[in-house]
Amino acid sequence: MMEFFATHGNDLLIKTWEHLYISLAAILLGVLVAIPLGILLSRVPNFADRFISFIGILQTIPSLAILAFFIPILGVGKLPAILALFFYSLLPILRNTYIGVREVDKGVVEAGRGMGMSNWQSIMKVEFPMALPVIMAGVRLSTVYLIGWATLAAFIGGGGLGDFIFDGLNLYQPALIIAGTVPATILALIADRSLSMIENKLTPEGLKNSYKTA
Amino acid sequence: MLEFKNVTKRYDGKTAVKNLNLNIKKGEFVCFIGPSGCGKTTTMKMVNRLIGISGGDILVEGKNIKEQDAVELRRSIGYVIQQIGLMPHMTIKENIVLVGTLLKWSKEKKDQRARELLKLVDLPEEYLNKYPHELSGGQQQRIGVLRALAANPPLILMDEPFGALDPITRDSLQDEFKKLQKELGKTIVFVTHDMDEALKLGDRIVIMKDGEVVQADTPDEILRNPANEFVEEFLGKDRLIQGRPDVTTVEQIMENKPITVPVGTTLRDAISIMRDKHVDSLLVVDSANVLKGFIDIESINLNHKKAKVVDEIMEEGIYTVSHHSLLRDTIHKILRRGAKYAPVVDDNQRLVGIVTRATLANLVYDTIWGDGTELEELTQAAE
Ligand SMILES: Nc1ncnc2c1ncn2[C@@H]1O[C@H](COP(=O)(O)OP(=O)(O)O)[C@@H](O)[C@H]1O
Repeated sequence: MMEFFATHGNDLLIKTWEHLYISLAAILLGVLVAIPLGILLSRVPNFADRFISFIGILQTIPSLAILAFFIPILGVGKLPAILALFFYSLLPILRNTYIGVREVDKGVVEAGRGMGMSNWQSIMKVEFPMALPVIMAGVRLSTVYLIGWATLAAFIGGGGLGDFIFDGLNLYQPALIIAGTVPATILALIADRSLSMIENKLTPEGLKNSYKTA
Repeated sequence: MLEFKNVTKRYDGKTAVKNLNLNIKKGEFVCFIGPSGCGKTTTMKMVNRLIGISGGDILVEGKNIKEQDAVELRRSIGYVIQQIGLMPHMTIKENIVLVGTLLKWSKEKKDQRARELLKLVDLPEEYLNKYPHELSGGQQQRIGVLRALAANPPLILMDEPFGALDPITRDSLQDEFKKLQKELGKTIVFVTHDMDEALKLGDRIVIMKDGEVVQADTPDEILRNPANEFVEEFLGKDRLIQGRPDVTTVEQIMENKPITVPVGTTLRDAISIMRDKHVDSLLVVDSANVLKGFIDIESINLNHKKAKVVDEIMEEGIYTVSHHSLLRDTIHKILRRGAKYAPVVDDNQRLVGIVTRATLANLVYDTIWGDGTELEELTQAAE
């Protein structure tokens, strides 16, 4: 054990950082794209359902295939890895945003419009804050998945903890496989906990209590 | 204040509101009522442009709403809905002054206005920092009403605002709101499907059916003269009977056998009739039962030496009421004249009955203390 850390310790830190970096970059992109898109979709419900099932079908393509698919287009390295993972982050966030916004109490939205809120004000002051808990659940789910999937990034030269796992598989060294898997799992758990804390912070006061009493 | 001119709303082929014409005065409380799907909500929502107009014009304070920015328009019109629709993530204060926030009021102005408004409904100031879910349904809708009042709009649209509340809360909110409306002089457009509510609150009730106005009148007028069978059915038999004190005719309550003497009766006979019947006054009629005048004991005492027959001393031009006049229209007149009684005549001046003070006293007593609700109100007011 000590011996392992002596030889690979430095490497482990670098790979963990790389892993985190790839996953977070992908999730950040996912949030930036999927949340506005989800809100937009809530304005066109007829189209939205079809669009979301279409994305759902795309995502059933195995992740390795997607990664391989990106190589001819974007080459190898971190960028294609991030983009591929970003693609996978979309659906949970998109779906939760769409559902979250759609499920916002119609009475509240109508009252807002009737009081004279513009479309933008309605989104920013009513629909988004009220849908936030549901949206955050999508982001959390996405993040946990992504940290797991990010191990596959090594396959297209993206680096990260996947490097250990692939080396371990190639060299028949179980220690390396463990060195890749355990930190990834720990990362996922930490990410999940921190996001849950962020969610709690972001959830508006009045909603928090109503969830507790409900 | 609010004018509908040939307003029409079509939903792909289906006409929801047909050629609606209506003029609503400032300070008037107008209830729209009708069966589900008759177009009342559509009519109301066209006023603040939550629903677009297909044809015709709506004018608010003389200005065509089509020429105003929809968002600005809505900020200048109060709006209360059945689902209450308080923002659950905002405090009561933020909810009350929501329009103020949209209009970019200063913090001080918003704080002050919120406190001012909360006083109107007798809720303690601590409520300002609570969240909607901490309030009961009735309290929430009080806040919903205050929110509509925040920017002091002259016109308020209300879409079944008390529909989701339990009957007792609904009743007290209705009373409270009607009082508030009178005090503040707001013009109200109120959609409901509850006839009792409309009769209680409305200065005028607009009954709609299939997108058209069937009758638009005061509650009294609708009860008294329902425009057609549909309105009658919609009112229900119970209400028409209940409404009867208002539509009672004199004929229904008069006494049918007034004590009369024919012209030419001698004074001596007249006196003995008075004695027999225990009355101090007699109506004089001719052979066709047409009322000629009356005599009373005093005039007989004064004149029995000079005169022989009743014609000579009877007083003419007595105040009479028509048998089919409405009781409520005549009751005050009779009482104010201080007359002991009023003869009731038909269209040909023939005597058909009499209304005495005793008859009226009984009736007034019934009206005032009859169903006990006024008594309750009085005790409440006293507290
Ligand atoms: N968005 C809509 N699309 C099509 N038809 C509608 C729509 N909204 C209302 N309607 C129709 O218009 C008519 C009047 O509706 P509404 O004003 O809501 O009735 P009410 O409020 O009197 O129950 C109904 O027949 C209803 O089906």
